[in-house]
Amino acid sequence: MADQHAIGSRRGLKPALPLLLPAYLWLTVAIFLPLSAMVFFSFMTDLPLAGREWAFTLDNYAAFFSQSLYLTLLLASLRLGLEVTLWCVVIGYPAAYVLAKVLKGRSREAIFLLVILPFWSNGLVRIFSWAMVLREGGILDTALNAVLPFKINIDLMYSYPAVIIGLVHSYVPYMVLTCYLTLQAIDDSLIEAGRSLGASRRQVLWRVIIPLSMPGLIAGAALIFVPVVGSFMEPRILGGRTGTFYGTVIEDQFVAVFNWPLGAALSFILLAVVLVILAVASPMLKRAA
Amino acid sequence: MATTRILEWLGRCYIVLLLGFLYLPIIIMALMSFNASPFYQLPLEWTTDWYASLWQNDQLIAATWNSIEIAVITTVIATVLGSAASLALYRCDFPGKKVLQALLFPPIAIPWLITGTAMLIFFFGIGIGRGLVAILLGHVALALPYVLVVVSARLQTFAPELEEAARSLGANQWQVTNRVTLPWIMPGVIAGGLFAFAVSFDQFVVSYFLSTPGQTTLPVEIYAAIRKGFTPEINAVSTIIIVVSMALMLLTARFFKFGGEK
Repeated sequence: MADQHAIGSRRGLKPALPLLLPAYLWLTVAIFLPLSAMVFFSFMTDLPLAGREWAFTLDNYAAFFSQSLYLTLLLASLRLGLEVTLWCVVIGYPAAYVLAKVLKGRSREAIFLLVILPFWSNGLVRIFSWAMVLREGGILDTALNAVLPFKINIDLMYSYPAVIIGLVHSYVPYMVLTCYLTLQAIDDSLIEAGRSLGASRRQVLWRVIIPLSMPGLIAGAALIFVPVVGSFMEPRILGGRTGTFYGTVIEDQFVAVFNWPLGAALSFILLAVVLVILAVASPMLKRAA
Repeated sequence: MATTRILEWLGRCYIVLLLGFLYLPIIIMALMSFNASPFYQLPLEWTTDWYASLWQNDQLIAATWNSIEIAVITTVIATVLGSAASLALYRCDFPGKKVLQALLFPPIAIPWLITGTAMLIFFFGIGIGRGLVAILLGHVALALPYVLVVVSARLQTFAPELEEAARSLGANQWQVTNRVTLPWIMPGVIAGGLFAFAVSFDQFVVSYFLSTPGQTTLPVEIYAAIRKGFTPEINAVSTIIIVVSMALMLLTARFFKFGGEK
């Protein structure tokens, strides 16, 4: 970031203030105050709106700990995040390696762009596009039945695997991006040195390449795990009835059940979990940046 | 070495497979949007009826205009505020600067579900409520960190001696910024602006919690339509969105190298 080369030509906060203030004021009003408000509301019985009675309470947190449903769903979401992250490593890391070490020049640039391009297109629409593929009588079903001699029914739509497929599709470009950045920085002569000293390909991979690219792997894993744990739209669209996770329960509190204080408490618990994960990963993230 | 060749060839095949996985559903969706059968039956019978019927769907068109308006305003505000802030962070040294830089990460790193619900609660509490104003407030905040990061990255390549030189030749602060610094960081500013547009135009989660019927954006409208049931019309509008956002990112890539230099 900006601190390595910044030769603060002028000292002090004063000249910087008029340029900084608008941006940070905006972030305060739209991000930091809302997050604080959420914590505050999570300790209330009701929203302090026009004439409604409210009082401070710990009930919303008690609900989380007394009803096993919420904890079960949080664990289900954490497991979902773990599985999606693992698949992204398995699928994304080899791709990043090929991009960084096998492909050269213009074809590398073009393919790299192609891989991360979908990531920047609309996530909702991409999740929806899987519905076309996974539904019964969809493309996958038709194509497999045309090739295979026996009749099979592929109806992955509204199932746990469908949610996994959709989420991996959404987030694997992240893993490719972060791993590519660290793999690209590994000096080829290190790999050659290992080989010429008698290490097998496998030894070079496990002793040289993977340890050196670890920061990219960790960064990618954190950047995938965190949003997946908080996902609700993907399980809703692809999971149907099986797609009830911690995120969908929070969504329900705000748009269906209208129990905002409980929703705020559930959100804050998720935030705490996320912050712990980011704190653990942050030293690695810094090295990767 | 023969094995090396084979491994490299396998690697290339793998990349092709990955690209297939990434693009197949999108291509299929696009094809289905031109399929006459509303139940997605094959073989494909070509039609553009679904695109034509989009024009009759007033709700979708209204939501599209909202999305475009909000994205344009977000782009302008986030680009100006973000560029100004990154200039200040570049030029000046003061205690707490690292904290300010670290504060840019929560909006990016915290799941949008949390940010979105928190905004809903806060905006309701202070009387802004839901609607387009709330959505705009949220979108600018989400886009700002991206602009700051991208413009700061461009500023890394700027030699501060240029500012010194201009100053010693008699230029005042305004002239230095306007004639020396801004032209240099312009590619970063443009890339930041395009990022801001994409963040806003594609944003679903935060908009979803902050919208009300009648004051929604396109992705929120599409989500509602998907939950009511699939129709080829959604395919058509989704195809348009995906083409627009990919085109935007290709344009951004001209100004900002994602993979670093080289």
